[in-house]
Amino acid sequence: MFACVHALESADLSLVEFAYGFSPVVEEVRPGTVVIDVEGCELLFGSPYQLAGEVVRRAETTVNIALAANPDAAIHAATYLKGITFISPGEELTCLGDFPLARLDHSLVNVEKKVADEIRETLRLWGVRSFGDFASLPAAGVSERLGPAGIKLQQLATGKTERHLKVKQPAPVFANSIELEHPLSELEPLSFIFARLLHHLCAALNAYALATNELCVTMQLADQATHERRLSLPYPMLDHKVFLKLLLLDTEMHPPQAAVRSVAIACEPVKPRVLQNGLFVPLAPAPDKLELTLARLAKLVGEQNIGSPVVLDTHRPDAFSLKRFSLQTNADIRKRRKAGAGALNRPSRIDDELCLGFRTFRPPLRAIVEIDQGCPAQVSAWSKQRSVYGKVVSRAGPWRTTGDWWRDDRWARDEWDVMLERQGQQSLYRIYRELETEHWFVEGNYD
Amino acid sequence: MRAALSKAQLEADIGSRFGDAFKIHDKAVVETLSTGVAEIDSLTGGLPRGCISEIFGPASSGRTSLTYSLLAYATAHEETCALVDTNDVFSPTAATEAGMDFDRLLWIRCAGDLEHAFKATDLLLHAGGFGLVILDLGDVAGKDARRIISSWWYRFRRTVEDQPTVLTVVSEEACTRSCAALALELKGTPEWSRAQSNVLPMRKPAPVKPLLRHNSIKVNQMRPVTPWIHESQFRAVSF
Repeated sequence: MFACVHALESADLSLVEFAYGFSPVVEEVRPGTVVIDVEGCELLFGSPYQLAGEVVRRAETTVNIALAANPDAAIHAATYLKGITFISPGEELTCLGDFPLARLDHSLVNVEKKVADEIRETLRLWGVRSFGDFASLPAAGVSERLGPAGIKLQQLATGKTERHLKVKQPAPVFANSIELEHPLSELEPLSFIFARLLHHLCAALNAYALATNELCVTMQLADQATHERRLSLPYPMLDHKVFLKLLLLDTEMHPPQAAVRSVAIACEPVKPRVLQNGLFVPLAPAPDKLELTLARLAKLVGEQNIGSPVVLDTHRPDAFSLKRFSLQTNADIRKRRKAGAGALNRPSRIDDELCLGFRTFRPPLRAIVEIDQGCPAQVSAWSKQRSVYGKVVSRAGPWRTTGDWWRDDRWARDEWDVMLERQGQQSLYRIYRELETEHWFVEGNYD
Repeated sequence: MRAALSKAQLEADIGSRFGDAFKIHDKAVVETLSTGVAEIDSLTGGLPRGCISEIFGPASSGRTSLTYSLLAYATAHEETCALVDTNDVFSPTAATEAGMDFDRLLWIRCAGDLEHAFKATDLLLHAGGFGLVILDLGDVAGKDARRIISSWWYRFRRTVEDQPTVLTVVSEEACTRSCAALALELKGTPEWSRAQSNVLPMRKPAPVKPLLRHNSIKVNQMRPVTPWIHESQFRAVSF
């Protein structure tokens, strides 16, 4: 037995949520109309008649209710008949037989609107006006003249369709939390809490064949503050051991400021990554291992010190930034291959001009430069890590560069390339003089 | 002849009791990664995979140019590369001109901390899957480089030997000792590419000719598969 509830007013009442109060098997036909499978609800609500009364009593707005053995018959009855309607099995046409064909909801049997309109027009020309007229036509003749769509519509009008409800599943929530009896201030006991939560979370994701690429950890602290961390992963993953290690590394790098009273972990569900590596693609690090390695490296040298370099679009010397290192996808590789098909077969660079290497001193070494006839003659510079000094045996320059004069961090300098000789060994350095301060610096070494 | 006969007789007598102990194993073919410089490739056959290679020489001898060439070649061939920059001296601006694909390069800046550099290299090697890992010790003073304990190098050698990774150490002095399967010593002096001038040009020209073309390279090739057999070959080549 199916009960269809049709709300007459567009009230705030969420019919689906309302319907879940009676049965978990609910189909939302359209906004404002739901079908409930009430089979087996007798123990809770009594007979179907009592159930209908209970629905009307609980609903905060005016609703039509129809109970029928066929869900589509119940939908038609609830949509067009006011109040409570009961249709006994096999008596569908008694109730719906006088309905005009225009009320036949073709979407219930997956017939296209254009096809349904053509069939209605044909039936109108035949003088068929109502559900009852249509149901009385012989099925063989309808099939011969109107095709499978005609048969489907005739079964719909008769109330003899056979289908399962398209059950609307409540949206799964992938979140887990735990309240602690005593606040935890050390990482080791916290790791057991993380492990437990992540294990459940990954099991839930696995049940839906999903993975996640973002974890959100919220910790309520003993000083009433909230500590929230988000772990973004470049690829969807589903390994609770990897998540646990990443989370522990992140918590070590960004520890909460007080003892932890409760932990909640939520994740963003996404489709798992499906990857088929090519036979001729060079080996690359496994994504989960790479993520762990990057997290460990970030803990070792600092997050700001690892990544892929990006040269900035400016003339400022040594202008670059670092972006997060990630493996390229197959699509990226294909795009690159298409763009630079000849790159792999390029000849050795020895015949071309070899690129000159340069080692940048960060920060530049403050230098004392002796000037002879306007040119550097002797350079001396020291720091904890390195020292540069020697007599200038040859030089080239100066080259003046300036830029960003409208900003506080503007630069203006004269660059020289100088060959220094020290203990018989010659080395080539780039030195510059800041025009504002008249200070000399060693920028780096050509190597 | 008597000795040979007695050896054959000995093998025939007890060989069956010791499995393949007397069997002569073929030397495994070592895969290599090209440096991108034809002359060095013809000398060395490229850098051996699964081994440590060392490039050392004084400042301005072409170590960095060779490193750029190596990285450019490896990234162009879709290898995933990592550069452990001990003294934070890598210049992305200069490296762009070498044709390096930065999307395939992981740059780790260690700000002068030698211990961090070694730990980072260890993490990278244990992660696996990197085609080329470069440990740049080029600005580490010779006395500090000599103090690096050998166990680090043995550990690295043991880690990479089952992987297709090329671990390259760039330094001022040879420091990997017997652990390197290939050692390239660069001895060169820079040479100006053109007459120096004080006239301000519109664009700054390259100051010197490519350093590697005027270099004297000393190759020390050890047997990479059985590194405990010190069968060294030294060749000094100028080009």
